[in-house]
Amino acid sequence: MEPIIRVENISKTFQANNGQVEAVKNISFSIEKGDIFGIIGLSGAGKSTLVRCLNLLEKQSEGNIYIDGKNLMKLSSKELRKQRQDIGMIFQHFNLLMQRNVVDNICFPLEIAGVGRKQAKKRALELLETVGLTEKARAYPAQLSGGQKQRVAIARVLANNPKILLCDEATSALDPQTTKSILNLLKEINQKYGITIVVITHEMAVVREICSKVAVLDHGRLVEEGTVEALFGAPKTEEAKQLILNTYA
Amino acid sequence: MQNLGIRVLFMGNNFARLLGGLWITIRISLIAVALSIVFGILLGMLMTVKNPITKALTKIYLEFIRIMPQLVLLFLVFFGLTKSFGINLSGEVSAVIVFTLWGTAEMGDLVRGALISIPKHQYESGAAIGLTKWQVYCYIIIPQILARLVPLAINLTTRMIKTTSLVALIGVVEVLKVAQQIIEANRYTVPDSALWIYGTIFFLYFFACWPISLVAKRLEKKWKTA
Ligand SMILES: Nc1ncnc2c1ncn2[C@@H]1O[C@H](COP(=O)(O)OP(=O)(O)O)[C@@H](O)[C@H]1O
Ligand SMILES: [Mg+2]
Repeated sequence: MEPIIRVENISKTFQANNGQVEAVKNISFSIEKGDIFGIIGLSGAGKSTLVRCLNLLEKQSEGNIYIDGKNLMKLSSKELRKQRQDIGMIFQHFNLLMQRNVVDNICFPLEIAGVGRKQAKKRALELLETVGLTEKARAYPAQLSGGQKQRVAIARVLANNPKILLCDEATSALDPQTTKSILNLLKEINQKYGITIVVITHEMAVVREICSKVAVLDHGRLVEEGTVEALFGAPKTEEAKQLILNTYA
Repeated sequence: MQNLGIRVLFMGNNFARLLGGLWITIRISLIAVALSIVFGILLGMLMTVKNPITKALTKIYLEFIRIMPQLVLLFLVFFGLTKSFGINLSGEVSAVIVFTLWGTAEMGDLVRGALISIPKHQYESGAAIGLTKWQVYCYIIIPQILARLVPLAINLTTRMIKTTSLVALIGVVEVLKVAQQIIEANRYTVPDSALWIYGTIFFLYFFACWPISLVAKRLEKKWKTA
C-alpha cells in the first residue's frame, strides 16, 4: 500500500546573513496511514523545518514529497491550498483568537471554508465533546489553562477533517501531567478518526508514550529510524544513544 | 458675584460658543485619527515589504513629517496648495489633511513595529488551518494590531486635540479662538474675564481628553492578548 507520506531525498537550505544554513540534509522516509510517527532530535536539528516542508509552509530546496501518492511539487497553488486543509498542524503556541470564545474559535476555520453558521456551531460542539471541554464552550482563551488551550487548538484543527495531524512541540509548554492527558487525547483521535499523526518533539518521554515509529534527526540528517521499542531498546547509532542517554541523565 | 469674571460665561450664548469651538477641535482630531488608522495600517504593511524603493519612499515620508513643525505643514497645505494650484481648501479641510499626514506617519511606524513583533508562528498557524495570506492578515494579524494600536491611537487623539489650537492660525475658529473673541468683546465690561474663560477651557480640554483615555484603558483591558 502507498504510504500516506513519502519523503524522498529532501534538503532545505536557508540563505542567512552569514552564509547558508543547511537545515535539512537529504532526508528520506515514509509514514504509513494510521501511524503515530515521532521525529526527535535536539533543538536546532531541523525538525521544524522538515515538518514545515510537509505542511507546505516551506518549500524544500531539493527532493520530492508525496502525500497520498500525489507529488506536492506538481500541484497548482489552488490544489496546494486544498491539500493543506487535509494536513492539520498544532504548535507549542496555541494561537487561539483571543477575542473569540472557545466555540467561535473552533467555528473559525469552518466559517472561512464557507460552512453555514448553524452547522459550524453544531460541529464545533461535537468537537468540543471529543476533546472533553464541553463545559468551557463560552469561555475565552484567557480564562483557560495551557492544556485546555491546546485542546481547543486540537478541536479547531479537527474541524477541517484532516487526514494528517502534525504536532510541532505541541506539549513542550505543558507540565508532565497535562502533557500526558494531551497525548492520550491524540491517541484517542488517532484511533477514533484514523488520522495519521506526526509528533515532533525534543522530549523522549513523549515519543515513548504514544509513537509506534520514530526517526532521529541530528544536525539536519536522519541518523536512525525504526520502531520505538528498537530505538529505545538498542539504539544503533551513537547520536541516538547520546540523545536517549542525555535525556535520562 | 456681579463683578466676578465668571459671569461672561453666562452672557449671551458664550458658553455654547465655547462648546461649539471645542466640537470643531474634536471633530478635526477624530476624523484625522480615523483616517490615520486606516492609512497608517496600509503604510505599516507597505513598510514591511522587502523592497528598496518602497523602503526609501516611506522613510523619506516619515522623516519629512517628523522634521516639519505642524504649523509649517498647515501653512504649506492651506496657503501653498491654494496659491500654487488654485485648489481652494477650507481651513478645516486643510487641518484634517495635515493631521492625517502626521497621524499616518506616526501610526505607520507603530503598525510596522507591531507587525514585525507578531511571531512567525501566528502566520503559520493561520496558514495551517487553511487561510490564504490575505485571510491571515484580515482575521489574525490586523485585529491583534488594532488591539495594540488602541492606546497609541488614543494618545495620538489627545495630542491632536491639543495641537489643534494651531488651526486658529489658518482661520479655523476653534475653542481657543472663540475664547479670545469673547475676552476681546468684554475687555472693558469684564476686565478679568481672561482667567475665567481660560480656566473654563482648561476644564473643557480636560473633560474632552479624560473620557477618551478612560475608554482607551477599558478597551485595552478587554482586548488584552495573553
Ligand atoms: N527561516 C530560516 N532562516 C534561516 N535559518 C533557519 C530558518 N529556519 C530555521 N533555520 C535554521 O535551521 C536550523 C534548524 O532549525 P529548526 O528546523 O527550527 O530546528 P528544530 O525544530 O529541530 O529545533 C537551525 O539552525 C535554524 O537556525
Ligand atoms: Mg522546532
